[in-house]
Amino acid sequence: MVEIVIVTIVKLLIYFGIMLLFVAYGTLAERKVAGHIQDRLGPYHCGPHGILQPLADGIKLFFKEDIVASASDKFVYFLAPALAVVPPVLVLAVIPIGDSITIGGKTIPLAVADVNIALLYFLGVTSLTVYAIMLGGWAGNSKYPLLGGLRSAAQFISYELILGLSIIGVVMLVGSFNLIDIVRYQKDMWLVIKQPVAFITYMIAAIAELNRAPFDLPEAESELVGGYHTEYSSMKFALFFLGEYANMVVSSAIATALFLGGWYAPVHWLSFIPGPIWFLIKTFALFFFMLWIRWTYPRLRYDQLMGMCWRFLMPVTLLNILGTGLFVILKNGGL
Amino acid sequence: MSWTQFFFYVFAGLSLLCALMVVTRRNAVHSAIFLIITFFFMAAVFVILKAELLAAVQVLVYAGGVVSLMLYVIMLVKAEEASQVKQNLGQIAIAAFIALLLALQVGSIVYLYFAQKPAGKAAVEALKYGGNTEGIGALLYTKYLFPFEVASVLLLAAMVGAIVLAKNRLER
Amino acid sequence: MVPLSHVIIYAFLMFAIGMFGALARRNVFIVLMGIELMLNAVNIALVGFSSYLGNVAGQIMAIFIITVAAGEAAVGLAIVLSIFRNRLTVNIDSFNLLKW
Repeated sequence: MVEIVIVTIVKLLIYFGIMLLFVAYGTLAERKVAGHIQDRLGPYHCGPHGILQPLADGIKLFFKEDIVASASDKFVYFLAPALAVVPPVLVLAVIPIGDSITIGGKTIPLAVADVNIALLYFLGVTSLTVYAIMLGGWAGNSKYPLLGGLRSAAQFISYELILGLSIIGVVMLVGSFNLIDIVRYQKDMWLVIKQPVAFITYMIAAIAELNRAPFDLPEAESELVGGYHTEYSSMKFALFFLGEYANMVVSSAIATALFLGGWYAPVHWLSFIPGPIWFLIKTFALFFFMLWIRWTYPRLRYDQLMGMCWRFLMPVTLLNILGTGLFVILKNGGL
Repeated sequence: MSWTQFFFYVFAGLSLLCALMVVTRRNAVHSAIFLIITFFFMAAVFVILKAELLAAVQVLVYAGGVVSLMLYVIMLVKAEEASQVKQNLGQIAIAAFIALLLALQVGSIVYLYFAQKPAGKAAVEALKYGGNTEGIGALLYTKYLFPFEVASVLLLAAMVGAIVLAKNRLER
Repeated sequence: MVPLSHVIIYAFLMFAIGMFGALARRNVFIVLMGIELMLNAVNIALVGFSSYLGNVAGQIMAIFIITVAAGEAAVGLAIVLSIFRNRLTVNIDSFNLLKW
């Protein structure tokens, strides 16, 4: 009993550390990628090639004056930034970074919690992200953040359906909600080959849920000043920022486990590299993909955004489920 | 007292506390926040009672869907009016009395008839299919197929009804 | 293991709190939240019985209740919105169109 508790705590700390590192250097990566896509260098002054920039950003945000809007609802105003960070940290518990390892005769699974309903847990917990944005927009008692928050709520609820429906195809093939089972199923062939449509719709929905460009309507700076976090400054603003990047990391990690074969090497002769490293490489590749999209495509109009969700993505995911169902039935020997 | 039982009391107590906060806050947004927390603790209770799928559905549908819909509408109508509706104090005493009476009555009946019977053994019928989620899925699509279809028709009707009701008639 | 009676008492306390909210409050949103709490109390009782009897039928019933509750919330909020458009209030004391 005590052993299990200690092992779990150690695993949690390691995962949390990895995620914080990922988030810190994610912000740098975003600025560097943006710079190079726009034919400039990005941050360059703190350390060689700007690798100390996240540290400098952190120090700056810590020492900034913390402004509290006087007409705000204090309870909600302080709660919202904290809520932004909670969901990604909770999801961390079910991400399987590698296969089980054996230390001193004991088998230890590398996921913090090996639960049967990992995917449902992921969907449930990520659906709470919307509250940080809605409440943050409302608490400041100001027009533009409220508009941003309301837009975000509508967008989030719509795209959450797409996220869930695109996962169902995978679940039908594997027959399990357990992420470890899903990764093991992909030992010979990644699910992205069997479920390409689901992968594409998952990535679109994930980017839309994170309010990132080209779906960043809630924080559209040209029309809504800064969106839901206009009234926040200093560390509270930083928490919203942290939450967004942590969410990006977490949804990339889940996509890796679902579609890109988790900890398995892409080709067999590369499998001397340990699984967790493959997992992190794939997660970073998807993270980079999100940055790439952000700095390549222009923002959609709001009616285009909603039209794409309900008129295009919804039928496509439903057809994908129908096709997968037919495939499973035929594979199991017909009706 | 086992750990399971201890955590049941902790989560049940906290969820009741949050539910009380829901019905006593003046500001509807605060109520909604406490409602989310209540649903979370209820999901924890479901996990203790070996209903993992239901716990996940609870968080997904209630905490994720229903409450965010409510918050959306609360913010959509004029915020200051929604949060500061005048309280009619005359009714609170009556309502509290009725609620307390119901709780006492049912509580005593339950305590007399079901006293000290253990709950919390894993669902046997579910184990036949290899687990809670598989069991519920298998039963839902075989034995309970008809109610399932009726529920989906109900959802469709609710969706159409909500759209028709909420649509702004001034356009026509 | 948790005794069945404690689960049922918990469910009924939750039901009572929900009923108090639905009866005593004048803010229509909190009335709706009270109704949600009552529906959830029923779910708790069903899950308690389900795990006591070792039968998942109770949990399936709870899933149907969640479905109905989701539909109820959507329709209820739509009604609130359309009333708000006409009367500009969310106080249920002024929702008295059918009273002559």
